[in-house]
Amino acid sequence: MHKEQAVQFPHGADIGVRGIGNSRAAAFAQAAAALAATVVEPATVCPAEEVAITCTAPDDRFLLYDWLNAVIYEMAVRRMVFGRFEVSLEGQTLHGRAWGEAIDPSRHLPAIEPKGATMTGLRIEQAQDGTWIAECVVDV
Amino acid sequence: MDRSRLQRVSPHEWRIDPTGPMRVPAIIFADEALIDAMDDKVAEQICNVASLPGIVNAAYALPDAHWGYGFPIGGVAAFDPETDGVVCAGGVGFDISCGVRTLLTGLTRADIEPLKLALADSLFHQVPVGVGSRGKLVLEFAEMDAMLQGGAGWAVEHGYGNAEDLPRVEEAGIMAGALADAVSEKAKIRQRQEMGTLGSGNHYLEVQEIIEISNPSVAASFGLRLGEIVVSIHCGSRGLGHQVATDYQREMAIAMPQLGITVPDLDLACAPIRSELGARYLGAMRAAINCALANRQIITHLTRRIFGHFFPQARLDLLFDVSHNTCKQEQHRIAGRTRSLFVHRKGATRAFGPGHAELPPALRKVGQPVFIGGSMGTHSAIMAGIGDGEEHAFASACHGAGRQLSRHQALKLWQGRQVVDDLAARGIIVRSPSSRGVAEEAPGAYKNIDAVVDAAHSAGLARKVAMLAPVVCIKG
Repeated sequence: MHKEQAVQFPHGADIGVRGIGNSRAAAFAQAAAALAATVVEPATVCPAEEVAITCTAPDDRFLLYDWLNAVIYEMAVRRMVFGRFEVSLEGQTLHGRAWGEAIDPSRHLPAIEPKGATMTGLRIEQAQDGTWIAECVVDV
Repeated sequence: MDRSRLQRVSPHEWRIDPTGPMRVPAIIFADEALIDAMDDKVAEQICNVASLPGIVNAAYALPDAHWGYGFPIGGVAAFDPETDGVVCAGGVGFDISCGVRTLLTGLTRADIEPLKLALADSLFHQVPVGVGSRGKLVLEFAEMDAMLQGGAGWAVEHGYGNAEDLPRVEEAGIMAGALADAVSEKAKIRQRQEMGTLGSGNHYLEVQEIIEISNPSVAASFGLRLGEIVVSIHCGSRGLGHQVATDYQREMAIAMPQLGITVPDLDLACAPIRSELGARYLGAMRAAINCALANRQIITHLTRRIFGHFFPQARLDLLFDVSHNTCKQEQHRIAGRTRSLFVHRKGATRAFGPGHAELPPALRKVGQPVFIGGSMGTHSAIMAGIGDGEEHAFASACHGAGRQLSRHQALKLWQGRQVVDDLAARGIIVRSPSSRGVAEEAPGAYKNIDAVVDAAHSAGLARKVAMLAPVVCIKG
């Protein structure tokens, strides 16, 4: 059993996000957690509200692109920050759930606003030990 | 950057000859120090751009170039529809029409100094800034469409600024060819509460002192006087532009196989200019340009109102407004023939020289103002387009200092509070909702702007006019 991880990595003026998990779905959820952590420290986010997100795409790379961009969209239009995600996959359809709350700048101390997930370095892979990795670069 | 692939053409120009899929050479403008400090990824990305269909002359990287996605930031490329040229959403970027406008106050440092803390607080509280900030103006769909067609002209009609501002904005404030219908409903919803907001990241509103005049005659034509105060506003098309880029990047990437286009990097996803998809993207992108122009016009209005409170005599005339993330259809002379090209500038500023027909009469004699933004503690620069610039990179100059450290590296080196305190000790007042954001944007995270400006000047991209030092910075 591998620990699930949400990781950020440097990419010039932008930020790379990487999700690691025991399944493709878990890696997608962790990639979103890494994305959300570019905005706020996850520990400061109260999971008061749940937002459902569904995406369908022709392949895994586009599915990750759509999923992360859908999370960015929900954060922007709902003025919310998220701290936890769950994902289930049915073929090339993703059903996601995001938990968070309305942004409170004085408490959340938001850092930066993601503009969009790019197609740079889009990678969904299963390592030899069975771990799944989902990553891309986010324009901030 | 590894120099082994580079051929030095002049002290400030380096060339990579076409190999493999490259259709044209790649040209990088930089001095030795800048080229050595530049990431190898810039060379890789600009060579990828050189492989796109219909590219004309060369793919260019400017002195502030750094690693981006698809195009490098600080990248320029022009495409000809007559030779199956393409339009590339990643060649414009997510923050469509991000740009800078500079206002002349006629005030001096001595006027500002006693009131700068109150001025900083007032600007910070009244100009929406940072993640999740909202503008006071909420646009429903019909009015949103009118704004997307009308740009800064729409904003002036609605009481934001003056008609005299419009000639001082690129495209006279209204980007022609905008298609509000080509902008998705999601993009419009995302923009609904974001009109008149600065955003976050490297966006800012800065009160600056003119500390150096390099070209007195051009400076005089621009209305720049040593020791006087200007206000610079750096922001773009906010959520609407981000969503337009997201939507069309995806659509182009999926459509490319049917369009018979292959690219070395999916972030170079593109469509022929003469395709239905290409035309639709151009219409949506132009609508996003209008959104950015309207956004900066509204922030100008807010800024004037705040300055008017503290300095009733100040007019805050607009010097100019120029974008640095665009694709524009322009006429350029190529090998003795005038061609209509689609010039992509991603993190690059249009820099028309003297006499250009698209410049307003007041600026036509001297050339277009070009704004090179700094980062809180660093200087900014005002340059001017020159006739020779046309030959170098389709009349383009740099847009900022360019990052030299990633955001992660910056966070390891600086803390936001300390950056703010250090700058305050130097007399620079920073107001920001985000301590982490300030650390990521610390002045030391950027290249030396003087070196970038000198390189642009020496390379013949634009000429130096004035340097500006920050006094107050409202940071996203």
